[in-house]
Amino acid sequence: MRLYRTLRLALRALTRNPLRALLTTLGIVIGVGAVIAMMEIGTGSSTAIKKTIASMGANVLLILPGTAASGGVSFGMGSVNTLSPDDCTAIARECPSVRSAAPIVRARAQLVYGNRNWVPNLMDGTTPSFLNIRDLNNLSEGEPFTERDILNGNRVCLLGPTIVRELFQGESPIGKEIRVKNVSFRVVGVLPAKGANMMGMDQDDILLAPWTTIKYRVTGSTLSNANQSAASSATNTVNSLSNLYPGTASDLYPATSDVQAADNPMPVRFATVDQILASAISTEEIQNAIRQISALLHERHHIREGEPDDFNIRDMTEMTKTLTSTTTLMGNLLLCVAMISLVVGGVGIMNIMLVSVTERTREIGLRMAVGARPSDILRQFLVEAIVLCLSGGALGILLGHGGSTLVALLLHWPVQTSPAAIVTAVAVSVTLGLAFGFYPAWKASRLDPIEALRYE
Amino acid sequence: MQLIELNRIDKTYHMGDFEVQVLKDITMAIGEGEMVALMGASGSGKSTLMNILGCLDRPTSGEYWLDGEEVSRLSLDQRALLRNGKIGFVFQNFNLLPRTSALDNVAMPLSYAQDNPSEREARLRAKEMLERVGLGERIDHEPSKLSGGQQQRVAIARALINRPRILFADEPTGNLDSRTSVEVLHMFQRLNQEDGVTIILVTHDPNVAHYAQRVIHIHDGQIASGIYDAQTPKEEGQA
Ligand SMILES: Nc1ncnc2c1ncn2[C@@H]1O[C@H](COP(=O)(O)OP(=O)(O)OP(=O)(O)O)[C@@H](O)[C@H]1O
Ligand SMILES: [Mg+2]
Repeated sequence: MRLYRTLRLALRALTRNPLRALLTTLGIVIGVGAVIAMMEIGTGSSTAIKKTIASMGANVLLILPGTAASGGVSFGMGSVNTLSPDDCTAIARECPSVRSAAPIVRARAQLVYGNRNWVPNLMDGTTPSFLNIRDLNNLSEGEPFTERDILNGNRVCLLGPTIVRELFQGESPIGKEIRVKNVSFRVVGVLPAKGANMMGMDQDDILLAPWTTIKYRVTGSTLSNANQSAASSATNTVNSLSNLYPGTASDLYPATSDVQAADNPMPVRFATVDQILASAISTEEIQNAIRQISALLHERHHIREGEPDDFNIRDMTEMTKTLTSTTTLMGNLLLCVAMISLVVGGVGIMNIMLVSVTERTREIGLRMAVGARPSDILRQFLVEAIVLCLSGGALGILLGHGGSTLVALLLHWPVQTSPAAIVTAVAVSVTLGLAFGFYPAWKASRLDPIEALRYE
Repeated sequence: MQLIELNRIDKTYHMGDFEVQVLKDITMAIGEGEMVALMGASGSGKSTLMNILGCLDRPTSGEYWLDGEEVSRLSLDQRALLRNGKIGFVFQNFNLLPRTSALDNVAMPLSYAQDNPSEREARLRAKEMLERVGLGERIDHEPSKLSGGQQQRVAIARALINRPRILFADEPTGNLDSRTSVEVLHMFQRLNQEDGVTIILVTHDPNVAHYAQRVIHIHDGQIASGIYDAQTPKEEGQA
C-alpha cells in the first residue's frame, strides 16, 4: 500500500471527527507548546546573559601579579608588582591567541569639578586597547586618548556616565578640566553606559586615563587604597605645580627646569603595572591564550621549571558557568513539566486510538477480507496516530511560538526563535505517535477477520 | 484438477472444555465457471465452510486445493494476498465503509493489490466497475444515500474490482426485498455466464438457490447432497 494513500486515509479518518482529534491532541499541543516557549525564552535569556558577560569584555583574561616570598614567608597576592608594561606589549605582540592587551594602574582619589566632588569606584590608568577589550569603543561623546598621550603622560581622561552625572549634571564635560589630587585632567570623552555588572557594581563609575599619567602624576606608588582624606593631604606636594601646565601644551616646551623635572619624572624602564587585561580572540581560544601568556611570562621573568609563578591568570569561565547554570536548571525544570504533559498527551492518543480501533472493527475485518495484510492494518493505524501527534505538534509549535512572542511583547523578555526547538518538537511528536500508537495499531492488526466482520 | 477441491475437511471449535465439530469430513469439488448454491438449516455450518473456501479461515484438518495450490496451511499474509487477487466477497449486510463515496468503497481493495495501480488508474477502474453494475450516476454517493439494492451492487462492484476468479456471497439477498433480490441474482448470473466468474452463494431460500446450476445441501456439517453433480447443470436450475 502506498504511503500517500495511507496518509490520505489517516487524514480522512481524522477530519471525520475534527473536534475529537483536537481534544485528543490537546495534551501534545500543550506539551509541545511548553517545550517551544521554554526553549525560545531559555535561549533568549541565555543569549542575554552571554551578552552581559560579553559587555564586561568578551573572553577577558586578567593577569595579576603573584606572590612574593622571602625565606619561606609568603607576602600574599599582589604584595609585589612583577608585571611590567613591556610584559603587556609582549603579550599583545607575541601570543597568537590574544587579540589585545592593556595594562592597568589603579588609583583611588577624589575628583573635583567646580564646587562638586566625587570619588569614583574605579580610576584606571591604561591604554586605548582597554576600550577594545572592555567593549567601550563607541564613546557616547568625544574621542579616546591616544598612544601619544601615554608616551607623554598627558593629563587627559575619559569619564563614565555616572561621574558625568554626578559632577556635571547635564552639562557636556568635553574639554572641561577636573582635578584629581590637584592634578588637572582635561575630559576628552564620555564612555558608553554599561550599567551594573553581575556583582552589582556600577561599571559606569569609572575614570580612564593614560596609565603613565595615573602612575607618575596621581599615585607615587602602585595601588592606593589609602584613606581618602589622608591621601589627598599627603600627595599634593610634588604635583601641585603641574596644573599650571595643563594638557598637551607642556610638550611644546622640551626644555625642563629642575622643578618641572621633579614634577614630570620620565617613565623609568623598570615601571610596573597593577594588572594586565587581555582578551582572547575567541571563547574557544581562551585556554590557548592562557597557555601562551604563561609560557611567555615564564620566559620573560626567567622562571625555571618547578619554581612558583610570580603571576596569576584569571578568566571569566567560572562566572559564566555559574550564571548559565541557573538558567539551565530552570530550563530543565520546565522541560520536566513539558515531558509529563507530553506523556499524558501520549496516553490520551493511545486511549483514543484504542476507541477508534474498536469502533472500526468491522472496517478492519472488511479490509482484511479484501486482502489487507496485518502489516497494512498496523501501518494504517500507526500512521494515523503519527498524523494525529504531528498535527498536535504543529499546533503546539504555533502556540508556543505565539506565547513566547507575547511574552517578548508584553514583558520585554529576551526571546529567540530556535529552529532546534522546532525540530525537537516534530521529532518528539513523531516518537510519541509511534510509541503510543503502536499498541492500538498492533491490536487492530491481530484481529481475526471473521470475528471482526461479525462485530456489532 | 478442479478450481476448488476439498479433501476430508474438518473444522472443530473449542469452547472451553468441550469441542464443537462444525464441519465433518467434507470432500467435494467445484469447477471453474460454475455457479453453486450452498443450502442448509441455520447452524449447519454453511458460513463456516464458506469462510474456509474464501481463505478467511483454516480447516482443523484436511486439504484444500485452490487453483492447483494447497492453501490450508498458508500464512496470514499469503492468504491475504490470495483473497486480494483471486477471491471476491459479497456480504449479507453489504459491509460498505460509512461516510465514504461509492467510488472509494469500490477502489478500496486496489490499495492492497500486488500490482499497486496508480491513483488515477484505480479511480478509472472503480468507475468502470460501478458503471457495469449500473451505478455510473452515483459514484459520489455515500452508502447512507443509497438504497439497499444499490448498496449491494456497490459491494458487488467492490468484490469484482480485482477481477477475481471466484465470488463468494453469504446470503447476498438476505437484506433485500424480492424485486431487488432478483436484480442482484440476475447480475450474478450475467457475471457467471459472460465473464466466467465462479460463483458460490450461501442461502436459505430455495428460490435463490434456483438461480444456481448446482445446489449443495449441508446437514449438520456434512454434505447431504449435490457433491457429484459437477458440470452437469440441472435444467430446473436455469432461470
Ligand atoms: N467462532 C466460533 N466458535 C464456536 N462455535 C462457532 C464459531 N463459529 C461458528 N460456530 C458454530 O458453528 C456452527 C455453524 O455455524 P455457521 O455460522 O457456519 O452456521 P450457518 O450455517 O452459517 O448458519 P446461518 O444460516 O444461521 O448463518 C454453529 O453451531 C455455531 O454456533
Ligand atoms: Mg451463516
